[in-house]
Amino acid sequence: MVDIFGIPSAALFGQLLIGLINGSFYALLSLGLAVIFGMLNIINFTHGAQYMLGALSAFLLLKYSGLGYWSALIVAPVLVGIVGVIIERMFLQWLYKLDHLYGLLLTFGLALIIEGVSRNYLGSAGLPYALPDSLRGGQNLGFMFLPNYRVWVIVASLTVCLGTWFVIERTRLGANLRAATENPMLVRAFGINVPRMITLTYGFGVALAAFAGVMAAPIYNVSPNMGSELIIVVFAVVVIGGMGSILGAIVTGFGLGIVEGLTKVFFPEASNTVIFVIMAIVLLISPAGLFGRRA
Amino acid sequence: MRKTFVLAALAAALTCGAASAQQINVKIGVLTDMSSLYKDATGPGSVMAAKMAAEDFMKTHPNFKVEVVSGDHQNKPDVGVQIANQWIDVEHVDMIADVPNSGVALAITQVAAQKNKVFMASGPAASDLTGPKCNGNMVHWTYDTWMLANATGKAVVKNGGDTWFFLTSDYAFGHALERDTAAVVEANGGKVLGKVRHPINTSDFSSFLLQAQASKAKIIGLANAGGDTINAIKQGAEFGIGSGSQKFAGLLVFASDVNALGLKTAQGLSLTETFYWDMNDATRAWTKRWQAALKTPDKWPVMNQAGVYAGTLHYLKAVAALKSAADGKAVVAEMKKEPTDDPLFGKGTVRVDGRVLHPAYLFEVKKPEESKYPGDFYKLKATIPADQAFRPLKDGNCPLVSG
Repeated sequence: MVDIFGIPSAALFGQLLIGLINGSFYALLSLGLAVIFGMLNIINFTHGAQYMLGALSAFLLLKYSGLGYWSALIVAPVLVGIVGVIIERMFLQWLYKLDHLYGLLLTFGLALIIEGVSRNYLGSAGLPYALPDSLRGGQNLGFMFLPNYRVWVIVASLTVCLGTWFVIERTRLGANLRAATENPMLVRAFGINVPRMITLTYGFGVALAAFAGVMAAPIYNVSPNMGSELIIVVFAVVVIGGMGSILGAIVTGFGLGIVEGLTKVFFPEASNTVIFVIMAIVLLISPAGLFGRRA
Repeated sequence: MRKTFVLAALAAALTCGAASAQQINVKIGVLTDMSSLYKDATGPGSVMAAKMAAEDFMKTHPNFKVEVVSGDHQNKPDVGVQIANQWIDVEHVDMIADVPNSGVALAITQVAAQKNKVFMASGPAASDLTGPKCNGNMVHWTYDTWMLANATGKAVVKNGGDTWFFLTSDYAFGHALERDTAAVVEANGGKVLGKVRHPINTSDFSSFLLQAQASKAKIIGLANAGGDTINAIKQGAEFGIGSGSQKFAGLLVFASDVNALGLKTAQGLSLTETFYWDMNDATRAWTKRWQAALKTPDKWPVMNQAGVYAGTLHYLKAVAALKSAADGKAVVAEMKKEPTDDPLFGKGTVRVDGRVLHPAYLFEVKKPEESKYPGDFYKLKATIPADQAFRPLKDGNCPLVSG
């Protein structure tokens, strides 16, 4: 067995794979943020709360209507997406013309309200959500035990990420959307209902967060605090990737997952901090992020 | 007209004064976590437990008027101290109960000593409260870090779990728990094969779990709490830990955590508690009342909340014996004189350093098929008698003992 920096290479492969899988979570969450910022210019601080709502809806759907994991994967994002649409119609649409700060404050406040209300009704200790039976167990790869659920996470996340990237960058719908962000007046003149398109985009971004929440429910503690714990990291991912860059969010998400995974082996105490160190360095060298367009 | 009114008011005030001369007023402040990670293990459930104790006591002592107030310390020592000062100075609170979070509790115990009131610490874990930081105004109910490390560590090693790997929360509480447990494991012939220290509030443990698996240790000791423990166990089940040759030992696990995990995930976990709602008829009856009062039929009281009830009851008995709650030190001395006796912890004593001695229980979480009804979480594996469950008096370095 070859050792790399005192760690057996087989163990290192295992850690790299785990890092990649965690990265796919970051990618999924930062994707929604990047879509919302890129298209709406809103820094969506409610993203963590919406991710949490996705996981909570999965729990509530199972408890009160018997809908299992697979149905929740579709239903929860739709429900939370509708909540997103309501938020956009009621509050956000008035803020597009104002400074970013207003959107940030509003969404931050909403996040606190959503989390507080959930905590009041559901407590803080967490709610049980088991792995779906079809994804139990795992594969012994020789150098590590790979749970089936993690394989599913990476497959689902890659599909959703690439699908979203394709729709926005390569289809007519995506082209309209990007045009509407650049020059809404002109796009309206072509007979396209821009406000509705923006509303649906926000709903979609929120649904992505909820989707990630349902994906997280079987393996992470489902509690009202789960979003606020993750959202800061995800924001760092988006900043490193370049605010609003969809490809940047995906690539950085996966990349930082790997970096974090390796840190957990060599210097576990710093695994929370390493992403922010990288963020600071990237901001010093390239303030627009790795994939961002310079303003 | 006005004169008669003033006279009437004066007369009324006088009669009230005369009536309250025989009446003993006690005000209890439950200082707890109402909005964050310890809310379910303490919080509103603790406030209700104090109210129930007050209610029960007033039934047998009609001359008592016990009022319960509550506050949220937000897990910040400065906020906790500010509330405690306000309570004691302005609102005439006589006793402060609960206070989960050792950091806040270590600050509150000083406030209680300075102002000569009583601190009934049923929520915090730090054994320093009855060690170097002990004082004559504090009683430590329910549990402490020494007891957790000792009970679980010893029992697990005796049952064959002689090689350990620690997942430790990277702050004072985790380090202390790891250090104490490792000492117990080694003293009983076990070996510690490795450890990894993770930042608090880590959401993904898969990398740490891989390291634990690679160590081939039989037991993965969880020297962490709350969400971190839940995440580690939940993801451990995914990696086949718990059902295979490797098992978890939870060093601080509450029934509320087991409820959050679900039995399917938590099964086989060893843990220590001093109270379990399903111990006997008395605890079951109390639980039913508690659930009905809180309107939460799917939540179960944990040992901290039981500690608030039992501690408040014992405190009120001491006040009744002295007929006054004014002198905190005297009340605590009285609490130490009388043995404790309540439906939740049974009979016990309060030691000179403030430590309450009652038995501790080693539980194992049931398999889903063994669980007969909601809340049927634990199998009792061993009972640790009161005189062995807690740190020997001489090892604590409490100034009250040497002095």
